[in-house]
Amino acid sequence: MKFAVTVEVSGLEGISDPEGQTIERALPLLGFEGVEHMRVGKMFRFEVEAPDAAAARETSDRLSATLLANPVIERADVRVGEPGTAG
Amino acid sequence: MTPSTGPRIGVVVFPGSNCEHDVVLALRHNGADAQLVWHGERSLADFVAVVVPGGFAHGDYLRPGAIARFSPVMGAVRDHAAKGLPVLGICNGFQVLTEAGLLPGALRRNAGLRFLCTTVECEVASPRSVLTAGSHVGTRLELPINHFEGNFTCDRGTMSRLFDRGQVILTYAYNPNGSMGSIAGVTNERGNVVGLMPHPERASDPLLGGEDGNRLLASFVSAASLVSEESGTPAAETRLEPGRVKAS
Repeated sequence: MKFAVTVEVSGLEGISDPEGQTIERALPLLGFEGVEHMRVGKMFRFEVEAPDAAAARETSDRLSATLLANPVIERADVRVGEPGTAG
Repeated sequence: MTPSTGPRIGVVVFPGSNCEHDVVLALRHNGADAQLVWHGERSLADFVAVVVPGGFAHGDYLRPGAIARFSPVMGAVRDHAAKGLPVLGICNGFQVLTEAGLLPGALRRNAGLRFLCTTVECEVASPRSVLTAGSHVGTRLELPINHFEGNFTCDRGTMSRLFDRGQVILTYAYNPNGSMGSIAGVTNERGNVVGLMPHPERASDPLLGGEDGNRLLASFVSAASLVSEESGTPAAETRLEPGRVKAS
């Protein structure tokens, strides 16, 4: 079965985010008020061929920990879709 | 200029490295027998020390160093590090060594989101490494920096541990990139693996505008010499001439 997977990689809490800070500082100039805690991350979308959702998650978790995120500064949130959601 | 009697130091070349020839020249200038090694090699048995130079290994795709850490040569770099042999990462090489887990911390985008290409004043913060063993604490060095991701980051506990144990070897006099603790370079607990963002090889000749980098490189070469004398020079095995690198 094919599973559509989304992995969101973002900075760990407490790790500085220069991109997020720069965007947030620019917002008032563009007329956006009251927007705060801007954080910039990355999103990965891919498909995993696996017998079930648990196996798809296991592969995706391992892939995230090995390559997609640097655990020293980043966290990875893995979302596995319903089977057959890959297209 | 090209002595073959000094300690053999391998300079790793990834696709996208761009400082390898400068590093080879600067190391030779400091008395080493420096040679290029393609990242596809699995052995560094020919070398007593290894340098991972600057550039954009594997295009810096995903994160600087994120893909380079899986290159075949990195197994041999790990072995060198584990044996206590001198290992040096400069700029992108520093990023590769942190991604490989051989050095603490990580390098993030510069605060202010500017690519920095300038000469900065640095200060030796600890002599407890193969790169700074020849310098006193507080020695000021003018060194070029050339990076977008040089913002040294780790958790607070790690940072105070690094300072307490003398693993912060180099700091910026004026923090250019937002690095925690103004950290420009760190070493592992044994002091044999070192990484720094500034480029000592670009300050290795008066023609380049300065020679302060030689103080660090000379220390690295002499650490490699000590290994050479202790263990005898390893047999020739994995050499790569500059011409072959360009061709591949």
